[in-house]
Amino acid sequence: MRETTFAPSRMLIYLLVLMIAAAYLVPLLVVVLNSLRTAEEIAQTSMIGWPKQWAWGNYLVAWGDFCIAQTCAGIRPYMLNSALVTIPATIVSTLLGAVAGYAVSLWRFRGDRWIYGVVTLGIFLPQQMRLLPWTIVLRDLGLTNTLTGLVMIHTIQGLSFTTLFCRNYYSAIPQELIRAARIDGAGFYRIFWRIVLPLSPPILIVTVIWQFTHIWNEFLYGVTFTTGQQQPVTAALIALSASIADIPQHGVQSAAVMIAALPTLLVYLFGGRYFVRGLTAGAVK
Amino acid sequence: MTEAVPAAARTGQRRAAVNGLRRLPEFLTIWVPLLLSAGHLIAFALWTLWISFTPSTLVPVSGWVGLRNYTAMMATRNWQIAFDNLLVFGSGFVLLSVLTGLALAILLDQRIRGENVLRSIFLYPLAVSFVVTGTVWSWLLNPGIGIQKLVNDLGWTSFRFDWLIDRDMAIWTIVIAAVWQSSGFAMALFLAGLRSVDGDLIKAAQIDGAGPVRMYRRVILPTLWPITVTVVVIQLQFAITTFDLVRALTGGGPGTATQLPALVVYDFMFQRGLLARGAAAAVLMLLILLAVLLPYAAWQYLQRRQSAHA
Amino acid sequence: MSALSVHYVHKKFGALEVLKGINLEMGSGEFTVLVGPSGCGKSTLLNIIAGLERQSSGSIQIGGRVVDDVPPKDRDIAMVFQSYALYPSMTVRQNITFGMECRNVPRAKRNEAVARVAKLLQIDGLLERKPSQLSGGQRQRVAMGRALVRDPLLFLFDEPLSNLDAQLRVEMRMEIKQLHQRLGSTIVYVTHDQIEAMTLATRIAVMRQGVVQQFADPETVYNRPANLFVARFMGAPPMNTLSARLEAASEGTVAVIGQGAAAIRFPAPAGSEGWIGREVVLGIRPECIAEPTRHFSDAPNTALTIAAPVEMIEPMGAETIVVLRLGDERALGRVSPDLRHRLGETARFAVDTRKINLFDPATGDRLA
Repeated sequence: MRETTFAPSRMLIYLLVLMIAAAYLVPLLVVVLNSLRTAEEIAQTSMIGWPKQWAWGNYLVAWGDFCIAQTCAGIRPYMLNSALVTIPATIVSTLLGAVAGYAVSLWRFRGDRWIYGVVTLGIFLPQQMRLLPWTIVLRDLGLTNTLTGLVMIHTIQGLSFTTLFCRNYYSAIPQELIRAARIDGAGFYRIFWRIVLPLSPPILIVTVIWQFTHIWNEFLYGVTFTTGQQQPVTAALIALSASIADIPQHGVQSAAVMIAALPTLLVYLFGGRYFVRGLTAGAVK
Repeated sequence: MTEAVPAAARTGQRRAAVNGLRRLPEFLTIWVPLLLSAGHLIAFALWTLWISFTPSTLVPVSGWVGLRNYTAMMATRNWQIAFDNLLVFGSGFVLLSVLTGLALAILLDQRIRGENVLRSIFLYPLAVSFVVTGTVWSWLLNPGIGIQKLVNDLGWTSFRFDWLIDRDMAIWTIVIAAVWQSSGFAMALFLAGLRSVDGDLIKAAQIDGAGPVRMYRRVILPTLWPITVTVVVIQLQFAITTFDLVRALTGGGPGTATQLPALVVYDFMFQRGLLARGAAAAVLMLLILLAVLLPYAAWQYLQRRQSAHA
Repeated sequence: MSALSVHYVHKKFGALEVLKGINLEMGSGEFTVLVGPSGCGKSTLLNIIAGLERQSSGSIQIGGRVVDDVPPKDRDIAMVFQSYALYPSMTVRQNITFGMECRNVPRAKRNEAVARVAKLLQIDGLLERKPSQLSGGQRQRVAMGRALVRDPLLFLFDEPLSNLDAQLRVEMRMEIKQLHQRLGSTIVYVTHDQIEAMTLATRIAVMRQGVVQQFADPETVYNRPANLFVARFMGAPPMNTLSARLEAASEGTVAVIGQGAAAIRFPAPAGSEGWIGREVVLGIRPECIAEPTRHFSDAPNTALTIAAPVEMIEPMGAETIVVLRLGDERALGRVSPDLRHRLGETARFAVDTRKINLFDPATGDRLA
């Protein structure tokens, strides 16, 4: 079946696939094209069309001038916020997850199965069950409406995924390697640093890509725990759509959406198969 | 009196203490992150559960009101609409995304050229935030500026695609956007499953004379059963907790036509200042989720026991 | 009319030539074994015969019919795989009848066929089970049942016993042999195990790097191998292959191993006179070097006793393997388990001179 090539049915397959691919690409295309059209043009025709004039200026306005809620500084401050939250949270949660995954799968200790089980339950616990408690914790720590607060939340919550990924990956490393190292006299840190970490790049890449994508794209916590100038870019986009009740500025808005989506799209393009590995790894619960 | 303990024993004790101390950093490195993670999960879940039994409104207070918050919540029109919507959205979304993912996987399995490029195309929506997806689809589905307007302008003036503002159909706009975003995930898993079918099985079926349709139906797809269940469970979990997409696409509207449980929770917790009711709604969401997850866990357990018997 | 005819079949995968001109003819009822080390092309050849792969050039005929363009399902063949390849979601009954379903055979006929085959293979009690509920041996029988029910012209076996443990392998080997004797089917059987080849085959095709080295019955392949590769591949422990010089002597041509006083002379087989004065390779199987009291044959002038130092002893229980030094090289002998040798001492051994083979050291081909 994999080898047979009957010409007419293969043509059908190609046709079907290309049609569906087009349907998938249309939204992206629409946004890209709209980001380069003027607002008048869009108002006259529709959201779907080829630019008559190339409004490159949309991007500049979206970046620095556009008014969202009360401030007119474009999307730049919110992009900065997202970056300041996503990058530290990704790095710290990945590192902690790697150490935790190593401790649970290779180093082993009393109660490791139990604690690992509870940690991975975090994948299933809905966000809604954690909103109120986080509000209290942030308030008690004085971190309400701060980026630091968001970093803390995403790091601690991210541990569920990062530990899961790393532990599954490390469990393929033979225990004999660790035992031999212990006989050689190596301790917890040395084994991690010299043996486990050098074997880790594939899973670290997968984990970083996964965490970056999730934290950057995250909305609920961003909109709940920060307001105004402290919000990440996802929340800003919602505020943006809300504030166009007066005069629609779809061109600039499209540009803003493109800018906001760009980091994770680039990570996806360059991450390629590592991105997919994250998907399949996440499904192995 | 220090003379009572012989010197040797004292050295032994000291050595044990030093050893323990030396291992302290390691102990902390292992336990602190894990305890933070596990601890916060248990503590937060229990705390929210507790709050749902209190009369808290704007601030958390102690007290016990039994199941009053739950009954009140379930009697709210908002919740009932949200629950009905969840049933429609959940079943529609899961069904369509599984079928689409399966169809795409089978198509891509036919060894077509440019498979990698096509796979990238079907998967890129997963890299994008639900907020972005919702925003873009809200433009496309807007009858005034989106697809309807385009088709009208092209000549077909009676074409209607105004589900976004239609109370009965609006929930399907969420389905469309969600399927667009997530069927790539189903496709990726199904494709992995298709590719891992034993080559000898295909050969045996070829010798037996199975044509392509029968081959898929009787030989290949049945092996995908476990993956299908996994995909369904994960998609259901997403459907039950959907928040971002709805906020971005319809905001819950028109009116309450696309209300979903997650929005009700947020509404009650942060916009109406009814913390206990909101917590009760959150716990109800968790129960709905458990109604999906627990049977799945039980089924997996039974599967494992069955194959261990062979 | 032969059951299977392979004509000058070549197969290339890109630049790699996996089959280099295979020619084989099999009669009806024969059990042909394709044996060789991994990578020799035997599985590829089987796939080509089955129609699962297409040859680069050459032709295949099954039952006198050219089948080069015929798909596997119409070639009147059945195949048993190493991994059994049982459909996991179907019951044993459905596994066996799947081919008939594809051909729209009516249900009554299908059940009849299943009952017949199940009785033959003693799997009637397993018909409603799924493959995951069967043991390895049971699965293998079901796989054979699926093949038998097709009643084909040709049975193809692709290393069917490799996944079984040693004891089960021996059992199943005997069952396959019994089945062949009862049904008289034509079988092509691929294996890397030369013991399976020797016990099962009517003819063995020894393959190496895409070329058939020898195609003959087991006795010939074992005692008169066509070249050094076949000589060393068949038989365990392998045949001793020693450098020797052919010289003329009063008693006839002799192959001389070693130098001077310690040299050992073996009578050379007839037909090797043309090589007198040259270096050859002498091949003799370990069981042809035995304890000095062994009497190999009543024929005159065939007895030979040699003396050689013993380097190692491996008692196997039923016999003892001795490692001796002949000239500069080591050789293996198989002696009675009651013999007690001391390491380093020179002992006497009887040699079966009827089974001496000579090979060309350059090409490896048999001389005589």
